[in-house]
Amino acid sequence: MNDRIAHIVKEMQPSGIRVFFDLVLGMKDVISLGVGEPDFVTPWPIREAGIYSLEQGFTSYTSNKGLYKLRLGISRYLKNKFHLDYCPDEEILITVGVSEGMDLILRAITNPGDKVLVPIPSYVSYGPMTELAGGIPVYIDTEKQKFKLTPADLEKNIDRKTKAIIFNYPANPTGVSYTHKELSEINKVLLKHNVLCISDEIYGDLTYDFEHTSFASLPRAKDNTVYLDGFSKSYAMTGWRVGFACGPKEIIAAMTKIHQYTIMCVPITSQMAAYEALQSGRKPVEEMKREYRRRREFIVDALNQLGLPCMMPQGAFYAFASIKKTGMSSIDFAQALLKNQKVAVVPGNAFGKSGEGYVRMSYASSLDNLKEAVNRISLFLRRETKHG
Amino acid sequence: MDEILEILEKDARLSVNEIATMLRKKPADVKKAVLKYEKEGIILRYKTIINKELVRDPDTTVRALIEVDITPQKDVGFDKIAERIYSFPEVSSCYLVSGTYDLLLIVEGKDMHTVSNFVAEKLAPMVNVKGTSTHFLMKKYKEDGVILKHKEDHARIAISY
Repeated sequence: MNDRIAHIVKEMQPSGIRVFFDLVLGMKDVISLGVGEPDFVTPWPIREAGIYSLEQGFTSYTSNKGLYKLRLGISRYLKNKFHLDYCPDEEILITVGVSEGMDLILRAITNPGDKVLVPIPSYVSYGPMTELAGGIPVYIDTEKQKFKLTPADLEKNIDRKTKAIIFNYPANPTGVSYTHKELSEINKVLLKHNVLCISDEIYGDLTYDFEHTSFASLPRAKDNTVYLDGFSKSYAMTGWRVGFACGPKEIIAAMTKIHQYTIMCVPITSQMAAYEALQSGRKPVEEMKREYRRRREFIVDALNQLGLPCMMPQGAFYAFASIKKTGMSSIDFAQALLKNQKVAVVPGNAFGKSGEGYVRMSYASSLDNLKEAVNRISLFLRRETKHG
Repeated sequence: MDEILEILEKDARLSVNEIATMLRKKPADVKKAVLKYEKEGIILRYKTIINKELVRDPDTTVRALIEVDITPQKDVGFDKIAERIYSFPEVSSCYLVSGTYDLLLIVEGKDMHTVSNFVAEKLAPMVNVKGTSTHFLMKKYKEDGVILKHKEDHARIAISY
């Protein structure tokens, strides 16, 4: 029965740090900076709307594309925020988080052997999802460019089989984001070579040093972009699993075809809550953003002082610190830090080979936790250098 | 509200240096701002919120809301009489309100008897006090924006992407 599992799945690289994760989960009193979600609970008015919808008996399927009022709300929101015009009928699809949106778009466009560009370090699922869709991920190492994709590196990696790029900004795990000007340069290259931009902007609301530019709002970009976003990070709604995909109508139609056969629709309670999130205003989002920004300044300053060089992330809630000076590999560092000081971080190589030599520390954690973590890391480094 | 105030209102233990780092400001500037707030009476005090539902202090076991109906005085209105009332240590809060009565007090004491005595012997006999109405508090749920319930933190998965 060796053939029970499909070859493509069998050959998929299992996450090399699974063992480390199990170690973390089995340990008590760990301060975890390994968490990839907000430490806030969903604001109460949104939770209340979910409860109310249940009380009212909203327990059915919705249309495949998602509740019309939610799509309309998203359409208006994007118009207002980015001057983007997406028709709620044909150009917006409600998905189970950005994850489903990503899976759908990759399956909707990929023919066997098509190449998809993935700048690394990147969120863990982009490569495997591309492979499952029958495509070939082409990883672009961005380490030498301070983790920023440059137009030159982009152009170098494009050939006639290149179908799309998965472009995530602000980026998990590096926190890197791009200014309007930088995005325009990338857009030009993509248009020139007819490469579709799959733009994962889930952290867009958490951009600290300049205004977030939505890729589709760039000149001539809208017809060449599938824009993925959701409510998880900005409204602290990770567990509700609501995202959306916006794009040219034939692409959204193709994605909807897959979505209706596999998912049917996003749970109605979550959609009702997401609708309330759009209605109830931006105040909680702005409050959380200010809090993240303050923590960012604290942790980046502390890490640099500890001798773990770390760029100022422009968005998201991750500090991506270099641990090269310790001479340890990312996984060894993470393991030793966990065992000796009970602080959990994510080894950088989890995000692709160019993350080696780095660890990702999430500052979606209370300031008290961050302070204690910094103290422990400091102790850890002192001991390590003594032994080393 | 200035972000320095927002930070201190959440956690008054943070040092000037820490606040400066978080706001990318010079420590000297933060210190100056804080001193100014203190001087202007915008920052009044730094205190700790204690959940009195869990720590019983015998002197403040019983709390009551007291509505006080008063006759305002010529020239000074309610202020003078309010001052006479809020100067009693038993009065922990005092507000002038619109509606059917004038002052709303929060009074603390070690038992109902003490609070009743305060009302009967100190408050009600005052000239200008026309009447009082006392409501003893039975349970506190939320105070000054803080929910007084010790909630278990919902644990996030310790590691996620």
